[in-house]
Amino acid sequence: MDTLLAGPGPGGDPGAAATPPPDLGPEPTAVGRDPAARKAANQQRAQQELLLVAWWLDRMTRVTAPLVEKRTFFWHGHWATSEQKVRSPQLMLAQNQTLRALGGGDFGVLAHAMVHDPAMALWLDASGSTRRAPNENLGRELMELFTLGIGNYTENDVREAARALTGWRLDRTDGRLVFNPAAHDSGSKTVVGQSADFDAESLVDLLVGQPASHVHVVTRLWNRLAAPGAVPADAMGRLLAAYGPGRNLTALLRALLLDPVFRGATVRGALVKQPVEYVVGALRMLDIRVDTGPGRSRTTLLAALRALGQIPFEPPNVGGWPAGSAWLTTAAAQARLVFAQWAVSGADIRPVTSAPAAARVDAAARLLGVDAWTPRTRAALAQVQDDPRELVLLALVSPEYATN
Amino acid sequence: MDRWTRRRFLLASGVVGAGALAAGGTVIGWQDLAHGARTSPLPAQSAVLVVLTLYGGNDGLNTVIPAGDSAYQDARPDLAYTPAQVLDLGDGLGLNPALKGLHALWEGKRLAVVRGVGYPKPSHSHFQSMDIWQTASPEIPQSTGWLGRWLDATGKDPLRAVSLGGVLPPLLAGASTAGSALPTGAFRLPKGRSLNAFTTLGAESPADSSTQAQAATADRDLLTVARTFGGVFDGAKASLSPRQSPSPTASPAATPTPGGQTAQPAYAGSGVLASQLDVVASCIAAKVPTRVYAVSLGGFDTHAGEKATQEQLLGELDQAVSGFLARVETGPNPVVLAVYSEFGRRVQANANQGTDHGTAGPVLVAGTPVRGGFYGAQPSLTDLDAGDLKFSTDFRSVYATLLHRVLAFDPAQVLGKDYPLLGFV
Repeated sequence: MDTLLAGPGPGGDPGAAATPPPDLGPEPTAVGRDPAARKAANQQRAQQELLLVAWWLDRMTRVTAPLVEKRTFFWHGHWATSEQKVRSPQLMLAQNQTLRALGGGDFGVLAHAMVHDPAMALWLDASGSTRRAPNENLGRELMELFTLGIGNYTENDVREAARALTGWRLDRTDGRLVFNPAAHDSGSKTVVGQSADFDAESLVDLLVGQPASHVHVVTRLWNRLAAPGAVPADAMGRLLAAYGPGRNLTALLRALLLDPVFRGATVRGALVKQPVEYVVGALRMLDIRVDTGPGRSRTTLLAALRALGQIPFEPPNVGGWPAGSAWLTTAAAQARLVFAQWAVSGADIRPVTSAPAAARVDAAARLLGVDAWTPRTRAALAQVQDDPRELVLLALVSPEYATN
Repeated sequence: MDRWTRRRFLLASGVVGAGALAAGGTVIGWQDLAHGARTSPLPAQSAVLVVLTLYGGNDGLNTVIPAGDSAYQDARPDLAYTPAQVLDLGDGLGLNPALKGLHALWEGKRLAVVRGVGYPKPSHSHFQSMDIWQTASPEIPQSTGWLGRWLDATGKDPLRAVSLGGVLPPLLAGASTAGSALPTGAFRLPKGRSLNAFTTLGAESPADSSTQAQAATADRDLLTVARTFGGVFDGAKASLSPRQSPSPTASPAATPTPGGQTAQPAYAGSGVLASQLDVVASCIAAKVPTRVYAVSLGGFDTHAGEKATQEQLLGELDQAVSGFLARVETGPNPVVLAVYSEFGRRVQANANQGTDHGTAGPVLVAGTPVRGGFYGAQPSLTDLDAGDLKFSTDFRSVYATLLHRVLAFDPAQVLGKDYPLLGFV
């Protein structure tokens, strides 16, 4: 477990080393209103977006220690920021790097970085918010979604937090947030019952120190890795203790993965695989490489994820992606089928092929990491056990493989 | 708190956690609808309600615009429309210039504008306020949607409420019955022996966890939908997914062009909302026994650069809704379409040429049975509650009117008590 959490040894992760962040090139800029120039800039940005998404999928597929990328994807859903509004693949990549670097440390440090993250500043309109007309978007979601959870702050807190966050503007020439003291409201504010001349730094410190924030972070992680709903009280106690006053995210993750409730029967099969988990998991187990350049495999992969409803860097809203039953529509069943048909055509399924026909159903479970087939699925797969590709295809669309 | 947190989380996720759907109960596929259309078709004259949810908090003041009010012009120096720009409605109000089709409905007395709709102690959270609108319960968190309770009370038939877009919104979740969430798009199934194996895969198994059971249901639905539904929706579906290859089961209902592409019907817009309404129109024409449809359009959270974004979205809405109503107005079933959002926006613009979360907003109601005109009082722009509009009309009055006049049902059974009816239908 500790090895899993710490990642590979001093030599680093060879899969990560083989998939360095891509050079996206400069942000395309269209000067003036010339339609042709704007179109060209949009096309250039679209190519950079494709490269960015394909790079991350490739990295998720090739890393030796997948936990770091899983954790980064979790934080991407928590601090959900979408390229569809940001319109800068460069800033989205920078945010992604920050989430990867800080996602296993002190949640407070991560929160500071996100409040000053350029992509976030564009996404939630913190850039350009002034004391004369504060923009509430970041202040509200910072409390509601990112740190405290609803019910743990008032409407007045939102307005006061917005004042604390004024004064920042993104400089588009170098992609940095610049603080202008003249645009900042330096007066006294009262937030969650505390009064001070809060600015962005002291506001974040105040929020991440609230007991409600600790519960919120634990719950968000539990809901994505274990089960929906409230965290059982005994597990919550253990997880809060691990998180501790230092808000240690690695200790929290470790405690969660080792928790008896997490490892017990009530949580098994409680989550539906998110589309990215589903697709990347299949690629890893079937030894399929993502083509990051323009080509059929990249197009097919992105079409599958779009049909399933989850494209990295494009969460639907600031609340992040859906969970649970939302992924189990008839439309998604069709998309899984189309993806599986494509995946098995290029997959390495020797572990199934080389097994005797009667042992292939079990070999497919081992290949895909499924604990056990139900008698129903076993009967279904046995019908095609003399055709290993069809067998793996159907295993990929089985109810067992769709869930965690 | 826990309950709110969970409910908010589920709503944010687009998932109905409470009620029948999470219990793994009633996720209904096309095949059930097809069967319904054959065995118990929608009787002529039965009215149909279409509820259009605008996600993100649509700016009501730039939708039904008090352009002649100097307080409006003063509060929004970069965002205001001039009186000459808006589509005049009288009373000093005008529609956003993107709403040309709706303005034509207004001229034909087929558009009602219910002004100042909201509820006491408004929430400024997207997720909580949308929950309140969908459950019709501002005071106490409810696990059921207002139309879900109508389903519960009227025979527990999930076929009678359908959501387009694949994910069921909370408003259609009852305690014992949930409406149906229907997918859109062309079908591609396995063939031969694999099809038989896939059929087995979708069977119920007592060994399934509840999520696995739902996954099996989705597989099963997919199979039987394409097999049994026939050509009823193929015309509509082809236009839903222009980037996909045509359905192998394409029916004569779709109009092939010389190039082999399926023709876009003239009424179909290019957006997702138009696609959803296209399927609704096909369902109504096919006499599916559904009385309520839920459709949606998102992207209205305009904290910055609001004007261009909102105009584009309202333009999509306008094209989709007016095209849809033109298509269904000749049918035997009266259709009423109601448009709402979780809140309006702050009167004062912020520093980014946008607006922050506000309170009351207009509800638009359109259709042939609708009595066009204004309902409810326009909120004052100077008598504000911490910078926000004070509501004049309780949203439950709108729901009561729709329940009573469109669905012919006692509103108090759904809303807990009586609310004054409005005369818009």
